[in-house]
Amino acid sequence: MLALNETWYLVLAAMIFTIGSLGLLTRKNPLVMFMCVELMLNAVNLTFVTFSKALDDIAGQAIVFFVMVVAAAEVVVGLGIIVAIMRRRQSANADDVSLMRG
Amino acid sequence: MNLIWLIPCLPLFGFLVLLVAGRKLGDPGAGWWGTGLVAASFLVVVKVFFDLLALPEEERSLTQTLFTWIPSGSFKVSIGFLADPLSILMCLFITGIGALIHLYSIGYMKGDEKFSKFFLYLNLFLASMLLLVLGDNLLLTFLGWEGVGTCSYLLISFWHTDPANASAGKKAFVTNRIGDFGFMLGTFLVWVTVGSINYADIGPAAPMIAAGTATAIALLFFLGAVGKSAQLPLSVWLPDAMAGPTPVSALIHAATMVTAGVYLITRLNPIMAQAGWANDVIAWTGAITALVAASIAIAQTDIKKVLAYSTVSQLGYMFLAVGTQNYVAGIFHMVTHAFFKALLFLGAGSVIMSMSHEQDMRKFGNLRKYLPVTFATFMIGWLAISGIPPLAGFWSKDEVLAGAFNSGPAGPVLWVIGLLVALMTAFYMTRVVIMTFFGSEKWRLTDDAHEADEVGDVESSDLVTASVAAAEHGAADHDDHHGLSPDHTPKESHWTMTAPLVVLAALSILGGAINLPFGSDFKHLEHWLEPTLAFEHELPPVPVLVLLAFAAIAVASLGIFMAYWVYSKHKIAPEKIERPVLAHAWYIDETYAKVAGGPGEAGFQGVADFDGTVVDGAVNGVGAGVLGIGNRLRPVQSGLVRSYALGISIGGALLLAFIVTRMNL
Amino acid sequence: MRVEMFTFLLTAAICLAGSAGVVLLRNPVHNALSLVATLFGVAVLFIQQGAYFLAAIQVIVYAGAIVILFLFVIMLLGVDRAEGFDRDPILGQRPAAIAVAVAILGLSLTALLSVGSRVTGQASTLAAIDGSEPNINALAKVLFTDYVFAFEITSVLLTVAVVGAVVLSRKAGPAIDLGEFPEGTTADLLEARHAAKTQRHEAEGDDSQGDDLEGDDPDDGDAEDETTQEALR
Repeated sequence: MLALNETWYLVLAAMIFTIGSLGLLTRKNPLVMFMCVELMLNAVNLTFVTFSKALDDIAGQAIVFFVMVVAAAEVVVGLGIIVAIMRRRQSANADDVSLMRG
Repeated sequence: MNLIWLIPCLPLFGFLVLLVAGRKLGDPGAGWWGTGLVAASFLVVVKVFFDLLALPEEERSLTQTLFTWIPSGSFKVSIGFLADPLSILMCLFITGIGALIHLYSIGYMKGDEKFSKFFLYLNLFLASMLLLVLGDNLLLTFLGWEGVGTCSYLLISFWHTDPANASAGKKAFVTNRIGDFGFMLGTFLVWVTVGSINYADIGPAAPMIAAGTATAIALLFFLGAVGKSAQLPLSVWLPDAMAGPTPVSALIHAATMVTAGVYLITRLNPIMAQAGWANDVIAWTGAITALVAASIAIAQTDIKKVLAYSTVSQLGYMFLAVGTQNYVAGIFHMVTHAFFKALLFLGAGSVIMSMSHEQDMRKFGNLRKYLPVTFATFMIGWLAISGIPPLAGFWSKDEVLAGAFNSGPAGPVLWVIGLLVALMTAFYMTRVVIMTFFGSEKWRLTDDAHEADEVGDVESSDLVTASVAAAEHGAADHDDHHGLSPDHTPKESHWTMTAPLVVLAALSILGGAINLPFGSDFKHLEHWLEPTLAFEHELPPVPVLVLLAFAAIAVASLGIFMAYWVYSKHKIAPEKIERPVLAHAWYIDETYAKVAGGPGEAGFQGVADFDGTVVDGAVNGVGAGVLGIGNRLRPVQSGLVRSYALGISIGGALLLAFIVTRMNL
Repeated sequence: MRVEMFTFLLTAAICLAGSAGVVLLRNPVHNALSLVATLFGVAVLFIQQGAYFLAAIQVIVYAGAIVILFLFVIMLLGVDRAEGFDRDPILGQRPAAIAVAVAILGLSLTALLSVGSRVTGQASTLAAIDGSEPNINALAKVLFTDYVFAFEITSVLLTVAVVGAVVLSRKAGPAIDLGEFPEGTTADLLEARHAAKTQRHEAEGDDSQGDDLEGDDPDDGDAEDETTQEALR
């Protein structure tokens, strides 16, 4: 039986991150894309906590705290934008919103 | 004691107030305001003058540093003022004459719709001019130098609605740029050589400068002086500058600004002392300019043009003096010339005003009957410039000529040229006086004669380049009320105009007293300037001096008599003397126009083509290239969030790949 | 050891399944629920590593607030329709995404597994996790000392986010209409003032039109006070 060390956690975090990024790139619903971003952030948080334990440093957890605050703010603003967009176009497709094209 | 800073700041303050509230002050409030501040500045100068006088001779140099303007490593320029005998003397006559001309302008500009703007410019001019002479380093002088150039431009094209005036202003500006280029290069060279551009440092360091470098510096600054003081070959702008209002011609283009070149050379006399043959260049340029300009003045019909060429010619005298290192005479002549030329210009302005802005002397005549004060003062100016003792012009001109006579092997030749100029000066000034104040009242002639005159004018003006013709035309009728009807009765001007005339006339009579050649005790100016001059000039021995003086008097009298013979007695037809070549100013303008218009224009067209195809091609090519690449790259900015996310992911993956390759696997 | 390993594997499986659910399920509501599963899993992993406070706020803030917010928006906008997976409208997006994902995963695994269990880097000297001190105390200590400035800044960030969200999602139109005010003292007060103003305007328009330009009459204040008092009563 292999010993449970930080590599397990890190590998798991890498997998969650990859899945999240894959979802972000392939899903068209902006809400789901946001959820994928949350997945990626959680993966990163997990690595932070893992390293915090491995290096015996509470600062890693403090950073996770801040990431959570930023994530909350981001979700609030992002959902506000989505609501504003959907009110105008009645569509849940990120590809339809491309007015900023060059 | 430390009032020096007030001298330029008072007119500057006047300028700022006029800038903000000029229109409110209006006519004549703005004029009185401007005049008052310049007069106040004059009083400050007098105060500083007496302060200096109270000091022992060697210590007569006050500096006042206000603050550091440009601190840049070892290169440090301060806003500092240097009050020494030379600069205070300049300030005395700049502010003194400036105040008089301000006063005169109140009358002259009465009713002009840009009345307050005129005084705005005049005050700015005086502030710049005072900065020029008071600045304790070359850069500050250059600041003033450019300031007066700007004001000159603004004032020449004061009535800019006439394109001719505007182009005359442009001509002055562009011509002056050539000189400024020399000034700047000279400043750079001084900085490289001496390591400082403060006059206080240049003086002691000057004897150490190598002769070749000193010559180069001298020639570069002389180029600047040539531009500003309208010497050949850059003299062409000054006659056109007469398009401006007459007080401007008197103040800027006769009394003060154009003498800045002489001041500059005098200020740099420690370098000039090392400059070798550059001094000969200056002297000969001055002599030839004096001769050529005087010959042109003989054949001009516009009263202001005669005075303009006369100014160029007298400036030539000054350069002859400084070129022969006779700085005292140069400054002396500068001062007396400021008196009598300002007087003549203001007198001419008075005549022009009374004649409904007509400037053609062929339409004047017998004005002594109508303009008694102008006539009397003009007579004094005439005698002064002609070199009749004991008026101011005689003493200064005599000293210039005597100094030239004694300046090495070529001296006598320069003296003869100077004498010839004196002869012509007496001649053309007498001509002006006779045509204007004596003879018949020619404006009362019938219209036929007028038309004949005008036809002649048009024919001859075909030969003249556009700018010259335009300037004449523009100067002649800038106003609607132009039009001299045969039943016009000239009227003497307002007291604000005649009072300055009287004061200047008095100065023209007495001005010579500051430096009489009767002995060391009489040479006040020489003693005054001594501390600022590195070089003492030797005048010829007394018997020769007397002989030269009598020759000058004789020549002046001869000139006056010849003019009397031609224009009053009509013994010789004027056409024999007023050759077309002289009337067209030796075709200098035409030659410039031909050169600039022919090969010059072709050359510049080539440059423009090069610029259009190669330089612009490169620039536009870069632009087009960027545009093309941008168009290719445009689809990348699809506006699709997921595409952007893909880009970020690819970047992240590449970063990861980079990290992995750097790991010690 | 075995229990820990078992817990980890179980939680990891839940996390991965939840992540896969977020990406693969078609209905947004299902996606959100899958996300909750992952978040809970991560919370368990936090606990397993001693980050008890973070585990708590992971559940409270993430699972409790953020995901609920997601669900609210989904319900509010009625976008709980299934999304078609048949074809990606952006050319080459899907294969590129898969390639990038594989690259990221492969490279990170390479990096992680090649070094074994070594964690490079320096162990902390300043903020060491002291076994004697509870996790929350330790975290609070650094948050309110070393990171107090960042901590205060987060309050600004949250305020700005709230204001931004309100501005973004507010309906366009007149900001506040008097008619929209709920019944009550404030509404009554405003109503009364409004009525008084219109009355006065009408009166002025009738008798003296020239005075209109001069603005309010001096006794305006009194009249207003009276109406206010009446309304308050």
